[in-house]
Amino acid sequence: MRDFYGVTLDSPLMLGTAQYPSPAVMEAAFRASGASVATVSLRRETGGGQAFWQMIKGLGVHVLPNTAGCYSAREAITTARMAREVFETNWIKLEVIGHADTLQPDPFGTLEAAEALCAEGFEVFPYMTEDQVLAQRLVDAGCRVLMPWGAPIGSGLGLNNRYGLRTLRAAFPEIPMVVDAGIGLPSHAGDAMEMGFDAVLLNTAVAQAGDPVMMAEAFGLAARAGALARRADPMAPRDMAVPSTPVIGKAWL
Amino acid sequence: MSDNSELSDITIIGAGVAGLWAAYALSERGITPRLIDRHGAPGAHGCSWWAGGMLAPFCEGATSEPAVIRHGQHAAADWAGVTDVAQKGSLVVTLARDRAELDRFARRTSDHARVSGDALAALEPDLAQQGREALYFATESHLSPRRALADLVAALARRGITVEQGEATPADIPGTVLDCRGLAADTPGLRGVRGEMVMLRTDDITLCRPVRLLHPRHPLYIVPRGDGVFMLGATQIESARRGPVTARALLELLSAAYALHPAFAEAAVIETGADLRPAFADHVPRVIRQGRVLHLNGLFRHGYLLAPALARQAADFIELGRKGDLFHDAD
Repeated sequence: MRDFYGVTLDSPLMLGTAQYPSPAVMEAAFRASGASVATVSLRRETGGGQAFWQMIKGLGVHVLPNTAGCYSAREAITTARMAREVFETNWIKLEVIGHADTLQPDPFGTLEAAEALCAEGFEVFPYMTEDQVLAQRLVDAGCRVLMPWGAPIGSGLGLNNRYGLRTLRAAFPEIPMVVDAGIGLPSHAGDAMEMGFDAVLLNTAVAQAGDPVMMAEAFGLAARAGALARRADPMAPRDMAVPSTPVIGKAWL
Repeated sequence: MSDNSELSDITIIGAGVAGLWAAYALSERGITPRLIDRHGAPGAHGCSWWAGGMLAPFCEGATSEPAVIRHGQHAAADWAGVTDVAQKGSLVVTLARDRAELDRFARRTSDHARVSGDALAALEPDLAQQGREALYFATESHLSPRRALADLVAALARRGITVEQGEATPADIPGTVLDCRGLAADTPGLRGVRGEMVMLRTDDITLCRPVRLLHPRHPLYIVPRGDGVFMLGATQIESARRGPVTARALLELLSAAYALHPAFAEAAVIETGADLRPAFADHVPRVIRQGRVLHLNGLFRHGYLLAPALARQAADFIELGRKGDLFHDAD
């Protein structure tokens, strides 16, 4: 598996830590899924989330703090610096939101913040649309991981623009990529992995499921299945039917 | 702990909803504990003051452990012996865009009926609108938390138990101690979960029962307090930061209320509040025995729903040595 800023992950599943019925359910979900990374939002917990942060550190997985809910590069940079102190990691999932209703990322703010954060030694995981030009600019800024969205955050719509994701994947074969946001079902996660993405990141689909722990297990299996399938080099679809057992020589009765 | 000499030497620290109920449950069995709180009688210093007062075990069941539903079902009957309980059920609604959320909530809860049109109008005329569906939880109830606390204090006084004002920790006090101080108790595994609320007054809308608005981003409940007063709650933030309600929380709560009914836009904001809910990791409260100390804690957002059951289990242990499902041994 590809490494993320020098870290090789045991599982291609990254899970968010918000919206679970309780921290106990969250912990059980992480265990059931085998997820290797926990994302955590700092924005609304400013200055008082220590008990919850300790629980996240206690999950025993890599912590990827994020700048969720930031609407400007400045806000995101401030949040990232705080996250580095709290979680003692250079990893930061950079999220600069550009639109309140769709929560789509602001490409300009994201690039501005990525440039500043990379210069400060952060290892930036930018949340982005599947735009190739933006991807190139982010790589130029120093990002060594990209996180294109599948669909708007929390929408559960899956991979909205398969063409865009496929071409993005092909354009940057050396850059580890995570499909982040919009994943609603394990099949979406498996799909992304089969397309050659290196990991998937989701939160709502597990946290808000009727049984988050069971859904977490399903996502863990699906992400792993997709990764295995990709490595196994799947057959190409073709128009002509090909029998899997020879027909020649069969008795004509 | 069923030795008679121990029964005469019991002290409860903390006079929030947990401590008051612990005292009441013991008094029901003829035991007269001391009750101490560093602030004296219940007030704005305690998180019980800021509660919604919904006794809604089935709605809470959507995101809670089964124990919450099981014990919560007895809360209305327990409270009815002490204070006025409005047994009018509760309603769950959505905005038109989020209709699918209602189906989902219906699947994940029980003891509800689907109402719309005239049936909804008969329950809450101000909420009925063309095409709106709601879930009606007929057996749920609500109460007015501050009146309920005062009524509990009065009921205890009639049984010779008064709230003494004074600083105390379990170490200072001999005999059996029930530590009901919430977050001040620093119980292992306990954390604070911030909640924020707003009180509005308006005569332009009437509600008879609590209404929950399911919303993908900003879920809200509104509890009518009577006389045109409505309590809007509540945010749930993983933070132990105290301090006043934030602008963001106010915006979210008020926007959601306005979306539910435009008349709320003209309401007077008469009070805002923010405090921390003491919670364990599974959001289920516990009676934890540690030597001669029983910790009653972790009521989370279910103070009024579960304090009677938690107190009953503490009293069962003290009187009979019986250990209920909320009981944990730290020793």
